Amino acid sequence: MKKILIKNAKVLDFEKGKEILRDVLIEGDTIVDVKESVLDENAEVLDIEGKYLFPGLIDAHAHFREPGEEYKEDIKSGSRAALHGGVTTVLAMPNTKPPLDSRAMIDFVIERAKEAGYAEVLPVGTITKGREGEELAEIGDMKEGGAVAFSDDGSWVRNSSVMRRALEYSIAFDTVIISHAEDSSLSHGIAHESVLSYEMGLEGYPAQQEEIAVFRDIKLAELTGGRLHIAHVSSSGSLKIIKDAKERGVNVTCEVTPNHLLLAQEEIDLFNPLYKVNPPVRSRNDRASLLNALKDGTIDIIATDHAPHNWYEKETDFNSAPFGMISLDFYFSLLYSELVSNNKLSLFDLVAAVTYKPAEIFKLKDRGRIAKGFLADLVVFDPRKEFVITEEFIRSKSKNTPFLGKKVKGSFVKVIKKGRVLDIEEI
Amino acid sequence: MQKGLRRKDLLGLKDITKEEIELLLETAFSMKEVLKRPIKKIPTLRGKTICFMFFEPSTRTRSSFELAAKRLSADTINVSSSQSALLKGETVLDTLLNVDAMGIDAFVIRHASSGLPHFLSRHTNASIINAGDGMHEHPTQALLDMMTIKEKFGKIEGLNVLIAGDVRHSRVARSNIYGLLKMGAHVRLFGPPPLVPREFEKLGARVFYDKNKALDGVDVVMGLRIQKERLKESFFPSIREYRKFFAITPDDIEKLSDNVLLMHPGPVNWGVEMDYDIMKVKNNVILEQVTNGVAVRMSVLYHLISGERDNEEDIN
Repeated sequence: MKKILIKNAKVLDFEKGKEILRDVLIEGDTIVDVKESVLDENAEVLDIEGKYLFPGLIDAHAHFREPGEEYKEDIKSGSRAALHGGVTTVLAMPNTKPPLDSRAMIDFVIERAKEAGYAEVLPVGTITKGREGEELAEIGDMKEGGAVAFSDDGSWVRNSSVMRRALEYSIAFDTVIISHAEDSSLSHGIAHESVLSYEMGLEGYPAQQEEIAVFRDIKLAELTGGRLHIAHVSSSGSLKIIKDAKERGVNVTCEVTPNHLLLAQEEIDLFNPLYKVNPPVRSRNDRASLLNALKDGTIDIIATDHAPHNWYEKETDFNSAPFGMISLDFYFSLLYSELVSNNKLSLFDLVAAVTYKPAEIFKLKDRGRIAKGFLADLVVFDPRKEFVITEEFIRSKSKNTPFLGKKVKGSFVKVIKKGRVLDIEEI
Repeated sequence: MQKGLRRKDLLGLKDITKEEIELLLETAFSMKEVLKRPIKKIPTLRGKTICFMFFEPSTRTRSSFELAAKRLSADTINVSSSQSALLKGETVLDTLLNVDAMGIDAFVIRHASSGLPHFLSRHTNASIINAGDGMHEHPTQALLDMMTIKEKFGKIEGLNVLIAGDVRHSRVARSNIYGLLKMGAHVRLFGPPPLVPREFEKLGARVFYDKNKALDGVDVVMGLRIQKERLKESFFPSIREYRKFFAITPDDIEKLSDNVLLMHPGPVNWGVEMDYDIMKVKNNVILEQVTNGVAVRMSVLYHLISGERDNEEDIN
């Protein structure tokens, strides 16, 4: 089997909290040795000259729109955008048309991603048939077929009994139920409810719309013992509820998106549809709480909620535009540039939140760390290399991000997917 | 009329200055003089073309704008949602770009979506005049309201103006709050709490939930329509109960000073936010508001279309 020896890699030692230089030997698709100095005459040498080597990123929340809306994105373009952004494993959300609510649909996604040959796509199945919130979908069969978690993403499972049974049933298959926590009976808002939403005449939805849902789902996780993961947490009130639950030992984890870590309602053009996202861009206070919660562990991981839409769908007024932003191609660099470079977040916290922590939540035991026996999914990161987020840079079919034109410092230069070395430009 | 507004669009009163409002009102009073002449037409905008795009029903605003344009000798065309290719699925932007390609100097736009005129304004060099966008702004209505107040009191500064009714969904309320506060008036808001959220206090208005307190010492009472078409949820129990606690009645007005002005932007839901008998109240200026509407819109059209602009406002 082909051997590659990566020399002079700066890797993060999470136990000691130190950056250390290591040589990493890969054989086939597996890491076989990590030491201060590795010698192997049969290996092809890749000297990365002190640049960072991280585990390939794991994104727990992306929308690839296939089947049904391939004009926005498909599994090939989405998994390519992922790999281009350093993501070697990506969880695809099931709110496609039709939704991923059966074994056949799960098989289809996995097959399509294999044909594409970019990032590995692990499908998330729906909790309920047709994503309608009424009857449980065949969670066991989908899990056996390769679904790694279950979510009715885009909708909250409003019926408490159905959600309870989902959390209970999932225990038999040792899987995770993801909650899109949003009690939309509270409002049909399109912007974070605040004095600004009133001022601009945009129907608001208050943070309580999320917090009520978070609270109920935590109570059901507590009742059942099932594993609950809360998607795209956005409000400081939700964080208090989650923190309290974690302290009581409830089996709950959660994620935050790059958008909510970086944007604040007070600082954006509220009429620009590129900022329309669900949950909405909230206040500066919420943003600060999210960052703190990421540091103190209340928030476990960062997930993109990559939500592609064709340009003309966003080239309209705020009311008519769909919710969502893309970010797979550049989110790590953007977060590094905006948060790590400015000492708002440590590199360790950032990398943990996109590598081994998501691997732990979704029980991806063969990835997320640089250690012997793990998959050779690796990324080489140059913290000095700058680039501009342009339409040409983005490999996703859609370009709907308010960060277009933004210059960032810190770029992946190589991605290694199961032992295959790729220059970032060739992806 | 030598001074110019130097702007391309009139999208709202939030982003315009007190001086600009004063200029628009001053010109509106001159225009009102024109409207009193036997021949009510001046050649100011001859050769200019104005397109009216009304995607929501309108009687007053639309005919008022159209009359204003005609009084200034502009050519006018109409695009409405019920008679255009929008019914065939054409987007509002494409509609605007296509009509714009025929050579338009100004678009007057009404739409149910907040911010739509702002979005369209980025795609054309023509002037955009907001004739009401969703729950956001309705600047010419607030200008004509201020003109009416100024006409009656000789000033706006220092007056207590009560806006009563569905503030939450009202673009008229928002534009009036911005405009009146800039002109130095005190703005009070009154109605059931779901329709008059406390957040409006952060804009500089005072919120009241008790009618007697709200009316105490006011100079102007402005009623707002209960917008049944925007009330998707239950904001109050019944029209009956609304009338009992929140409608402005002739008895209420009688208790106030003789000079108090009674206004309403129309259309009125008689028997809901205002009792029909209120038409008999002496200082009801609801129809004078409508008359002033033409003068104010002439002023706005004149300044935007014939005035100079600061270059950076042009697109391309």
